Amino acid sequence: MEVIRSQKRTASNDVVSNPKIPLYLTAPPLEVRLEEFELFAIDRLRVLKGVSDGLARGKNPKEMDDVVDALWKEHMRHSDASEMLNKDIISHFVIRLVYCRSDELKKWFLSMETALFRHRFRLRNFEAQRAIVGEFGLPYKAVTGAELESLKERLGQVVRSLGQISPSVVNDICCVSVCFFSFLSFAVEAVYYKVPFEEVPDLVAGRRVLIQKGHAFVAGSQLVSLVVTQFRSHISKALILTNRKWMTTIREREKDRLTPIVEALSTTYVGPDYSQSSEYADISLKDIDQVSKSSFPLCMRHLFEKLREDHHLKHGGRMQLGLFLKGVGLKLDDALAFWRAEFSKKVGSERFDKEYAYGIRHNYGKEGKRTDYTPYACQKIISSAPGAGDHHGCPYRHFSEDNLRAALGRMGLSSRGMEDVMDKVRNKHFQLACTLTFEAVYGTSCDVGINHPNQYFEESQKILKSKTPAAPV
Amino acid sequence: MHRKSLTQNQKIFSMFITSEFTTARNLFPYTDIHKWLSYGHDGKHPGCDEYYFGRREFSFTLENDVYLRYKSFKSVSSLEHAIKSCFPYKIDIGAVYSVDPDKRHAYSQTGTNVFTPVERELVFDIDITDYDDVRYCCSGADVCSKCWPLMTVAIKVIHTSLKEDFGFKHILWVFSGRRGVHCWVCDPKARRMTNEQRSAVAEYFRVYKGNENNARKVALMGYSLHPFLARSYVDFLKGFFEGELQANQSIFSTKDKYDKILEMISDEDIQSELREKWEKSANRSSLSEEAISLVRWDQLKNTLQSKKHKAPTLRMCVEEIVFTFAYPRIDLEVSKQMNHLLKAPFCVHPKTGPSRRVCVPIDPNNCDEFDPLAVPTLSQLIEEINSGGSKMDVDDDDDDDDTDTSILGKSIKFFRSSFLEPLLKSCKEEIESLYKTKIGKSKDSFSW
Repeated sequence: MEVIRSQKRTASNDVVSNPKIPLYLTAPPLEVRLEEFELFAIDRLRVLKGVSDGLARGKNPKEMDDVVDALWKEHMRHSDASEMLNKDIISHFVIRLVYCRSDELKKWFLSMETALFRHRFRLRNFEAQRAIVGEFGLPYKAVTGAELESLKERLGQVVRSLGQISPSVVNDICCVSVCFFSFLSFAVEAVYYKVPFEEVPDLVAGRRVLIQKGHAFVAGSQLVSLVVTQFRSHISKALILTNRKWMTTIREREKDRLTPIVEALSTTYVGPDYSQSSEYADISLKDIDQVSKSSFPLCMRHLFEKLREDHHLKHGGRMQLGLFLKGVGLKLDDALAFWRAEFSKKVGSERFDKEYAYGIRHNYGKEGKRTDYTPYACQKIISSAPGAGDHHGCPYRHFSEDNLRAALGRMGLSSRGMEDVMDKVRNKHFQLACTLTFEAVYGTSCDVGINHPNQYFEESQKILKSKTPAAPV
Repeated sequence: MHRKSLTQNQKIFSMFITSEFTTARNLFPYTDIHKWLSYGHDGKHPGCDEYYFGRREFSFTLENDVYLRYKSFKSVSSLEHAIKSCFPYKIDIGAVYSVDPDKRHAYSQTGTNVFTPVERELVFDIDITDYDDVRYCCSGADVCSKCWPLMTVAIKVIHTSLKEDFGFKHILWVFSGRRGVHCWVCDPKARRMTNEQRSAVAEYFRVYKGNENNARKVALMGYSLHPFLARSYVDFLKGFFEGELQANQSIFSTKDKYDKILEMISDEDIQSELREKWEKSANRSSLSEEAISLVRWDQLKNTLQSKKHKAPTLRMCVEEIVFTFAYPRIDLEVSKQMNHLLKAPFCVHPKTGPSRRVCVPIDPNNCDEFDPLAVPTLSQLIEEINSGGSKMDVDDDDDDDDTDTSILGKSIKFFRSSFLEPLLKSCKEEIESLYKTKIGKSKDSFSW
C-alpha cells in the first residue's frame, strides 16, 4: 500500500454490489492520500470504540449485531461500493500499523476487529456466509449419507439442549438459527460440517456441538464460530509480522511523515488502566476499613468482608482484590502488612511469608518477569468463573438473587432502588446495575457508566471529598 | 517408626530418591520418566530431536521452601544428578519451551527468538476439597473410603469423554498423593494445543458453577442434556448417586442435609410440600439412615416428575441435583495455561505427616479397585529398603524381571505396560513417518 501526497487515488477495479467483508489477508496495491490515511483510521476507530462500549455494557449477540450495523452505516458508508471497500481495507491496515506496537494495543485491536468481523458476518445471509468460508480455503466437508444418519439422534439432542424458552424467540425472524428452534421444533439442520474440535473452541466450550473422536459437527448456522477462529488466528499472526516490520524499517523511514500520525492515533482509545495511583487513590492501612465501607464497589466490598471474616481468600479473590488495592494506592509494604495481618490469623505468619508473600510482590512487579499487573476491569471480572470456595467475580452476575438483595441492602439501597438494579441484572446488564447502585448510594448520576472497579472508587472519593474536604472519607 | 525431627524427615524423603543406602537402590523411576518425557526422541533415529528433553521445564522445591523454576536437563543422568544433589521435596513438570529454560536469558526476546511454551500435555487436576459442600464424612485434607468414590466417578466421566469425544489415546491418571487425582493427556495433538483450546476443553467439562453465594450451583438449561452429559448421567452418575453415594453420605437423612437439596428446587411450593412431609416423618421411622434417604429421594423424584411443567427451571431439576453431588469438579486454572506446572508422578506428597504417600498411577479401567489409603507410604518404602529387599530398584530397565515383588513394582509395571509402551510406539511411528516425508520431499527436489 502506498501513501502519496495530493494525487488522485486510483481505485481498485473490482466493483462489488454488496458490501463485501474483506479478510485483510494482504495489503492491497492501493494508493491513498495522506489526509485520508488519518481520516479513514479515525472513522474506523470510532466503530471499534463503539464495539468496545457495546461489549462492556454486556450486550447480547443480537444487540451487538444491531450496534455494529448502525456503527458501520454511520462511519464507514460510502455511496460508491468500491470506495467503501477501499476505505474498509485501508483503514484496517492503518489501524493495524498503529496497534501492533505494544501487547496491550495488540490485544485490544485483536478483540475488537474479531468482534467486528463476527457481527458483520452474522448480518450476512447464508449464501454470503458460505462464500466467506470458501475464501478462507478451509478443507472441511459437509457430512452426508450414512454418517449423517448415524449422528442424527445425538445432533438432535444438541439442538434441544440449546433450546431457549423466551417468548420473543417466536417473533424474531432475523436470526437463522432461531428460526430452526421456533418453527421446525428442534429439527436437526440440513448441513453439518465435520471439523477438528480445535477449530471451534467457543462452540466446544459452550457444549454447542456434538464431538466425536476429535471431530466437532458444526451446523451451518454455527459457521461464524469457525471463521472467527480463523480470522482471529490470522490477524494475530499478522500483528506480529507488522510489528516486526514497523520496528525494523517503517518507523525510521517514516519518521517525518507517517510515524507522528501513527503515534498520535494510538493514545486516544484505550481507557485508563489505573496502574498509577492518582490524587484520588492514595490510601493507607489505617483508612482501609472505613474506605471499604464508603467507596468500594460491591465486588470488592464482598471480597474484603470475606477476607476479614475468614482470614483467607483463594487465588482468584487475592488477585482481584489485591490488584484493586494496588490501583487504589496501597503501597507494597502496606499491602504485605495488610495481607499478613489477616492470613496469619488463619495460617500463621510463617506460612504467609512462605506461600503468599511472593504472590503479592509478584502483583507489584517485584518478582518473576516483573510485569506490573493492572487491576481488573469489569469485563474481565464479569467473565471470570468463581467456583467452590471462591468469592471473586461480579456479584451482579454471580450471586443468587437473594444474596444480591441482601448485599445491596447492606449497602443502603432502598427497595425502589433495589428493584431498578435487579431489573438490570435480570437483563444481564451487570455494569449498568453497578452504575445504578453507585447512583443510589451517592445520590448523583453517573453518565459514563462504570466499567472498572477503580473508576467506581475514584468517582466515589471525588464525591465524598467534595462534600467534606477536611475529614478522611 | 519413631518420630523424627523435621529436617531428618525431609532427609529421609530425599534418600527415597537418592541411592545413599547401602543397597544403592533407586526408588524414583528416572529412566521411565525420561523415556516418557522424551516422547521417542531418544537420539536413536535420524528423525529425532536430540534437544527435545532439554527444553522441558522442571521445578524443584527445596528444604526451607526455596523454589527453583526453569530447571532443565540435557539427559536423564543430569536430571538424576541434580535431584540427588539438591534433595528437592517436590518436583513439578512444566512445558517444553522454544529454548532450554535454563538458558532463556541468553536468547534475545525479540523477533523469532521468543521464550515461549511450544508443547505441554493437556492436564487436569481434581481435588476432593472442592467437594466439601457435598460430602459429610470428611472435610479439608482428609479423605476416606466413603468420599473417595467421588474421585472414581470423576475419573470415569472424564476418561470416557477424553477417549470417545476428543479421540485422545495416551492418557495417564495419577494419584496426587493425598486427596485427589491428576490426568496427563499425552497425545501429540494434545501437547500442541493452544491455551484457548485447553480452555475450551476445560469449559466443556465444566458444569458446577457454585460457591456459597448461590444456591443453585448447577443450572441445566434447554430441553435435553448435551449427549456428553446424557451419557455421563446414564452410564455413571445416576447409578453412583442412587447407589454408592446415598449409601455413604445419606444425603436426605437429617434436616440440615435435606434443606440444602430442597434449596436447589426453584419452586417454593414444592420445597414446602416436601419439607412438611419429611418433618412429619422425621421421628416416626424405624428405618436406617440410608433407607430413609432413598425413600425421600424417590418422593422428590416423583413430585418433580409430576410438577416439572410448572416452570422451565424445574425441567431437569432431578438431573441438576445428581450433577451437583456427583459430577466431576476440575480445577479450571490448571488446565487452561501451557505454562502451568504440575507435580511429577511417582513423587512423594510433600506435606509432612506420618504417612506420606507415593503419587502412583491409577488404572482408569479399574479405578473402582483403587484405594488411596492403601497406597505405599514413605515409611513403608524405607522399611523395605532397611529389610534389604533385593528387587527394589524401580529405575531398573529390566522388564523381564517378573518376580519383582517390591511394593512399587506393580505400579511401575502398570505405568510401563499400559501407558509408556503404547505411547512410545506411537511416538516413534510419528517420528519415522515425518522423517520419511521430509526426505521424500528433498528427494523430489532433485528429480529431473
